Parts: sequence; structure tokens; C-alpha cells
Amino acid sequence: MSEADTLPDVVRKLIDVPQYEERSEFPIEIGYVCNTCAAVQNGNPVFWDDDAAQAITGGRIAPPTMLSVWFRPHYWAPGASGERKAMQAHFDLKELLELPEAVVATNEAVFGEPVRMGDVLTTCQIVRSVGPIKHTRLGTGRFWTVDVRTTNQHGDWVGTESYTFLAYRKPER
Amino acid sequence: MSTSYTPKLLFGDVRVGDRLPELVHAVTPTTVVLGALASRDWRPMHHDKDFATTRNGTRDIFINTPNNAAWFERYITDWSGPFGRLGRLSFQMKTPVFPGDEIHFGGEVKSLATDDSGCHWVDLDLSIEVGGEPRTVGKARVALPGDIADNPWQRKGARWQP
Repeated sequence: MSEADTLPDVVRKLIDVPQYEERSEFPIEIGYVCNTCAAVQNGNPVFWDDDAAQAITGGRIAPPTMLSVWFRPHYWAPGASGERKAMQAHFDLKELLELPEAVVATNEAVFGEPVRMGDVLTTCQIVRSVGPIKHTRLGTGRFWTVDVRTTNQHGDWVGTESYTFLAYRKPER
Repeated sequence: MSTSYTPKLLFGDVRVGDRLPELVHAVTPTTVVLGALASRDWRPMHHDKDFATTRNGTRDIFINTPNNAAWFERYITDWSGPFGRLGRLSFQMKTPVFPGDEIHFGGEVKSLATDDSGCHWVDLDLSIEVGGEPRTVGKARVALPGDIADNPWQRKGARWQP
């Protein structure tokens, strides 16, 4: 049996199963759109100018690449305990496979219906694959891919992001 | 007073092999922190240098994934204009981008296609280089208007197949 066959049952059973369906914590709002555009000096008028947005996109929209922004939890919230993390399916895998470090190896997103101000989004996370053990420059670990599928309050698909992570344990010094 | 808006770039204006204009930006700690917080990414390797160096083994804080995506989106729509609609974006962050780096964005038109619904697609190769070294490489698919009456943003359902 190769090392690749040693994936625990509890991990194999997670593959292709939608998990952690959740709604965005607040309706989509322009402040975050402006912050994001300011951070990269994006002057696209559909994000800044009501008239241009009305004429081109039928009203103000969010940059498509902000898809993941809307489901990251606030750093702190009343009554919450411990660090609040987005992409819980990824952190579950880190814990189950005892791989404490991780980096995003590749990121792919496909964009559907535009996200509009006031929208309430729903996401679910789907573990698509967990690879065999690899020995990399950073350490020994595994690659895995998690999809995040997002819909709006009308049930329209607004996008899917696929993250491939390398999770690893650093070599002992 | 009403204002009319016309596309900056039409599908017929684009040829395979066209290069997007270069964009250069000098990255500072503010660039990294602003991008991380704007994307609601509170992970410490994007704002805490001690954490980044001791836990991640990197030489400094570094640009996070969603901010990298936002930079690519800005780069693409600077070229396409606001009628350009991003359908797909993928990228690989080969080496992090740190404060002190001068990032050079590059892009090239790799293919052109029109789908069954009449949507006009441009496939791009993208890169972010520092000192000639590719730090991030990516691909994007963006829809452009076929003529001044066409608007990719009006497409939905079966007429939008990125």
C-alpha cells in the first residue's frame, strides 16, 4: 500500500459533500467595494459612478473578484469565542491530517450573475480532492482542492472559487 | 443631462498576440495591509512581519490571494474598459510579493472565440514579475462587446457561459 492510500476514512467521506452552507453576515455594501478598489487603484466607473453603473451594469455592482470577501467572518463578534476562520473545510483538513501550515497553491474562479448592492449571498464548501503525501521545498504535506459555490437571494449562481492548497509540516530543524 | 457610455474596446479590435499595456506598481507595507484588510483577510502573515518570518518562513508580510485577484481584475479592465466582463480567472502565486518589490503586470491575448450564444471571449495569459522574475502567473477569460450596441453585462443564464 502506498502512502497515498493512507487517507483516513473521515477525510475520504468529506470529498464531494457540500458543507458549511452559510449566508453572508451582512448585505453587500458599497464601503467594502470602495476599499477594495482603492487598495488596487481600480478606477472602473461601474464601481464608483452611479450613472455609469446604471448605464453599463444596471446599477452598482461589486468587482467579481470580491466573491470570497463576502463570506469571511468579522475578526470578532459579540458572543463568539476563538479565532473565526473562513474556509472551515480547509481548516478541518489541516486538523484531521495534522498539517499545521498551509499556502494557497492555485486559485481559480468562475463568475456568474453580478453581485449587486443589497444582495445576500449563500455559500457552501465542497472538498473536491485530497492528494497523496508530497515532499516539497516547504515541508512534507498534501495538496487539496476546496470549491466554494456562491448563490444570491434569488437562487442565481454568482460564482465558484476553487482553491488548491499545499498543507504541510515544516521539517524539524 | 444624460451621459452615454460606449465601449472602449470591441472584440474586433483585438488580435491574438496583442499585449496588454504594462502596469507597474511599487509595493509598500501599506499596499499589503490595505489589500488584506479590504478583502477581510485578517490572517497575520499579511500584516504582522514577525509572524510572517517566524511561522511562514518568508522575509516579510506578503500580498494575499484575493488582493492578487483584485490587482489582476484592475489590470484587465484598465485594458478592456468597463464593458469588459470577467468570466474566469485563475492564477498561481509562485513566489510571494513583498513590500519593496516593484511589480510589473503583463498580459497577452492567447485566443479569441465566440460561443453559441454570440458571446465574444478573449483568453489572456497574465503575469506579475519582479525584476524579471515571474512571481504570479495566471489566465483569464473576459467577454468583450461585439459592437457598440452589445453589452456582455446584459447576459445571464444560458447566454452567459464563462
